Amino acid sequence: MAHSHAVKRYSGLMDWLTTVDHKKIGILYFLAGGIFFLIGGLEALLIRIQLMFPDNQIFIGGTYNQILTMHGTTMIFLAAMPLLFGFMNAIVPLQIGARDVAFPFLNSLGFWLFVFGGLLLNLSWFLGGAPDAGWTAYAPLSSDTSLRGVDFYAMGLQIAGLGTLIGGINFLVTIINMRAPGMTFMRMPMFTWTSFVTSVLILFAFPAVTVGLVELTFDRLFDGNFFNVSKGGNEVLWEHIFWIFGHPEVYILILPAFGIISEVVSTFSRKRLFGYSSMVFATLLIGFLSFMVWVHHMFTTGLGPVANGIFAVATMAIAVPTGIKIFNWLFTMWGGQIIFNSSNLWAIAFIPTFVMGGMTGVMLAVPPADFQYHDSYFVVAHFHYVIVGGLIFGIFSGFYYWWPKMFGRMLHEGLGQLNFWTFMIGFHLTFFPQHFLGLMGMPRRVFTYETGVQLEMGNMASSIGAFLMGIGTIAFVLNIIITALKPKNAPADPWDGRSLEWSIPSPAPEYNFKQTPLVRGLDAFWKEKRAGNKEMTPAEPIGSIHMPSPTILPFFMSVGLFIAGFGFMYAKYDFENGLLATLFGNHIIAIIGLVITFLCMFLRSVYDDHGWHIEPEELEDKGVKA
Amino acid sequence: MANVHDMGTLPAEPEKATLEGKNKILGFWLFLGGEMVLFGTLFASFIALRNSVPEGPTGDQIFKLGMVAVATFILLTSSLTSVMAMMAMHRQQVKKMLTWLWVTVVLGLAFLGLEIYEFVEYVHEGHTFTSSAFGTSFYTLVGFHGAHVAFGVCWIALLCIQGMKKGLTVVTAPKFYVASLYWHFIDVVWVFIFSVVYLLGKAG
Repeated sequence: MAHSHAVKRYSGLMDWLTTVDHKKIGILYFLAGGIFFLIGGLEALLIRIQLMFPDNQIFIGGTYNQILTMHGTTMIFLAAMPLLFGFMNAIVPLQIGARDVAFPFLNSLGFWLFVFGGLLLNLSWFLGGAPDAGWTAYAPLSSDTSLRGVDFYAMGLQIAGLGTLIGGINFLVTIINMRAPGMTFMRMPMFTWTSFVTSVLILFAFPAVTVGLVELTFDRLFDGNFFNVSKGGNEVLWEHIFWIFGHPEVYILILPAFGIISEVVSTFSRKRLFGYSSMVFATLLIGFLSFMVWVHHMFTTGLGPVANGIFAVATMAIAVPTGIKIFNWLFTMWGGQIIFNSSNLWAIAFIPTFVMGGMTGVMLAVPPADFQYHDSYFVVAHFHYVIVGGLIFGIFSGFYYWWPKMFGRMLHEGLGQLNFWTFMIGFHLTFFPQHFLGLMGMPRRVFTYETGVQLEMGNMASSIGAFLMGIGTIAFVLNIIITALKPKNAPADPWDGRSLEWSIPSPAPEYNFKQTPLVRGLDAFWKEKRAGNKEMTPAEPIGSIHMPSPTILPFFMSVGLFIAGFGFMYAKYDFENGLLATLFGNHIIAIIGLVITFLCMFLRSVYDDHGWHIEPEELEDKGVKA
Repeated sequence: MANVHDMGTLPAEPEKATLEGKNKILGFWLFLGGEMVLFGTLFASFIALRNSVPEGPTGDQIFKLGMVAVATFILLTSSLTSVMAMMAMHRQQVKKMLTWLWVTVVLGLAFLGLEIYEFVEYVHEGHTFTSSAFGTSFYTLVGFHGAHVAFGVCWIALLCIQGMKKGLTVVTAPKFYVASLYWHFIDVVWVFIFSVVYLLGKAG
């Protein structure tokens, strides 16, 4: 068994469909998440076009509801999360000195489930209309079955959510079990730490939404009564389940961004991260508290002053660990030799922007005040400040920082600056006026406003800002294209980096580390460089490296669920075609889909993957690029 | 690591002998943590809706504790037999392990049979998935558990067949081990279902 088995190595498209390499899966996440980000951004522009002028008649009523629902759902589940998973895949194993993730097969499965879930959700545009009940899909709005959109929401998010859960477990096990010798928990880079806590949150938050979506599906497709008041159902139940998941979800999004910012600020201040242990502690505390605050989304539901009071205090408490982080970043920069390149510009702009979002967050945490802000544009301004100003700034920062490690090419600095300044100015122009629009009484999710109520200027400014953000995004896409045309000549360590990923060639070889490194402290690579070493001290002799075999099974498992999703959704649909009516009406399509998935699981269980080996001679051929 | 297997002797705990095995077991524990939240949410829904019975029978009227007690006894016994299987595995008695696993499968099937019989009875008495919010949340919670049992039965049966062909190795041992973890988890969930759904429904 220790001898290498002959393994099929695919090339071209087949290579990408069957890959179990975490670095390639990371790139796939960027590709798919990036496309969904552009779709979600397009939907945002359509919203801003409609709201540019009072009494506009372009996207009204149901159409507007669909656009705003799909904007929120796409951005949260199909753009932000996959982009973060892209970073986690591309970087975390490198930062802990691992050759691979714990479950390469499941990693691939998680990706394909996300792709087919997202695809199913977006196909709703062409199949009778997209979901229209808001990204929160409150019942009874979402249990109305006169339109089919919410079926796509429930099925699509169910499939994509399964993928996310699988990905979370994979990263937890990878980080717990596969750290290099000497890489103790308190020596892990902050991005790995935040990915770890995010994975914990995924593990405990996503099953809640799985149940919520199952209940919604049962109500809609099988005449269940969870949210049907006439049969004893309870609509507030959905609100609770959704937010027990939904609040941890926003911390799932922001924590990895905190990690990216910590890496970037420290590297480009050329200083160790200030207060590393307190950063770790703050991350854990934020993760814990994120499960204790969901009712602050429901202050106006009417749960009473005691419930509102408790959750208000818990919510405000989150400002403490977040404040610790903000001060730590500032103190990291204090006295550092700060380099203002595009990566660090995003990170520096992140800090005040996120503080503003956090400020309005504390304002919203006060229940009596929240009764005034609730469902107004003030809330829209708040969560865009924390999600775009926090998460998207962090993602852009991470792209400029890790692009050479992921693709072997440096992004163009000039275009990077253009991307930063247009997007950053556009962002504040879009969302800063929305605070005041909200305070002046403009409700969210409403497709128009009247003339003469002083909402014109704010909305016009907001729309102009949105287009500026669009230009910024185009600059980034251009940057990617131009960079892709240039030769792969990025150095292994372009930023004089601190963590292990900079100790290996750019892009990282298939096996990551020729020899597992020995970690001797926090900022492991920086420590070796200060000690006069050019590379890490190896913890093992050069030997043959075991690799997992590529496989197409995860792809087909996801296709199976995709087919089954359609089968269930269209079981009661009135087909004119008799054959289709028989196939869907008797759940034959749904069963075929499930059989495909279970067959793939069967094959995976029965045929053991012995993997293959990269021998030391091959390592010498490949590993000399640095 | 691989040589151990080639030489025909197994380490004391073959399921944890390789990194793959350790990963699989840790990952499965974490998965069960997620399952705990899944069932927790289902329980929360059921508790919120169990007295919402505008039409149709209530739990007090239809639950028959005797039959449920028998089902509980069968399922808890199957947990014991899966422990016996793991003890046999650690003593490297493959035949004994497989026998105990087959007994587990049979007990699981017996439990499923009783559950299906019970559901059919309830439907005849007017307690259906669509009759009330109580009905919907009851069948969703207990049905999710039943589906887990059904999946477990198929899974362990498949592993038994693999065990007969492949024997006990460092590759197959973690599979048996996580399957037994899964089976214990299902039993623990059933203990809560018995208490919260049936006892509370009858006495609460």
